[in-house]
Amino acid sequence: MEFIVAKYNYWIVIVLLMIGLYAMIAKNNLIKKLIGMCIFQTAVILFYVSTAAKSGGATIPIIEHGHGHEAAAHAAHEAAHHAAHAVHAIDYVNPLPHVLMLTAIVVAVSTTGVALALIMSIYKRYGTVEEDEILEQIK
Amino acid sequence: MKILGLLVAVLTGCMLLYCAGDFPDWADPNSPASLHVSPHYIEKTMEETAVPNMVTAVLADYRGFDTMFETGVIFTAGVTVIILLRRFRRKDEADVQGDSDSRKGPPDDIIIQTICRFMAPFMQLFALYVLCFGHHSPGGGFQGGVIFGASFILLGVAYDLKTILRRIGARVSALLANTGLLVYSGIGALCILLGANFLDYSILSLILPATGDIMARSHGILGVEIGVFLGVSASMISIYLDLSSHGQLDEGL
Repeated sequence: MEFIVAKYNYWIVIVLLMIGLYAMIAKNNLIKKLIGMCIFQTAVILFYVSTAAKSGGATIPIIEHGHGHEAAAHAAHEAAHHAAHAVHAIDYVNPLPHVLMLTAIVVAVSTTGVALALIMSIYKRYGTVEEDEILEQIK
Repeated sequence: MKILGLLVAVLTGCMLLYCAGDFPDWADPNSPASLHVSPHYIEKTMEETAVPNMVTAVLADYRGFDTMFETGVIFTAGVTVIILLRRFRRKDEADVQGDSDSRKGPPDDIIIQTICRFMAPFMQLFALYVLCFGHHSPGGGFQGGVIFGASFILLGVAYDLKTILRRIGARVSALLANTGLLVYSGIGALCILLGANFLDYSILSLILPATGDIMARSHGILGVEIGVFLGVSASMISIYLDLSSHGQLDEGL
């Protein structure tokens, strides 16, 4: 029970991954395979973002007192005058997985576009998007 | 095949769950992912780049190469869709086939069209806001670009494809996708010309008036984000144009 509660994010991710993998292997329709691929990508994104979380009131990775035109001044004088404003890593969630997934989301959209274009070409050529019917025509 | 697939999925899932036992707990502050470079990014971003939003700083400065090639991937995807689908016709041929105003499907709905027409400029304004305030709030080139592209796609869904093509042509969108990548790599090349490493924005203080090394990095990030914005929005529009009309660029959905 401890194992499930302490690591529940991995359980959700793995279930989603396997749904996507099953759809990619077992479904006959190319569009359904593509939906499986999208679920798989979403699961990977969820996995990365979930590793960024920190318990104990960590907030979004945007420095709170960095706003306004004092920002540059803060940067220069921070060490000397504003010891209370010092940034501690424990107060902010890890920004790195967010960065990686930010680009990955847009790339996922583009790859989905390319996949849809390929499926449309296949449909134009063979008149179907069912895998077994396409394989029969190729033989 | 279905049984085999189910078996593979269940077996892989069990193996992954077995391995998940060795992973750090949910939201553990001392997990390996949060220990190596991440504390440096969190604590030094403000000093080194003057950008409060760490995600933007890491995206465009510390990991600038990664983002440049991700933009390249999006550009390549846009080009690939054009190669796969688009039908290139000569002008005279197009005149014979075009100009058939008989649209298939249900008639146009005035409520949907009016609301979409009113929403599009606000979406574009919001996209520019998201781009410009990427330094201080959640946002940046990727998010702003997608919103900007979506405003055109909304017009295309509510009216037809010709409405997009009148505002931003197929050639223009392909050209803008090029320009986006060129702006990004051009800023990198400018850094080389000024005598620093590729994408080392601090050297830009030599040509930007009244900026120190730190603020130059901040401005360099903004320039790069504008490149990403152009590339992403134009690629989105270009992909939609081809997907919705089988590459014919006539009426669309």
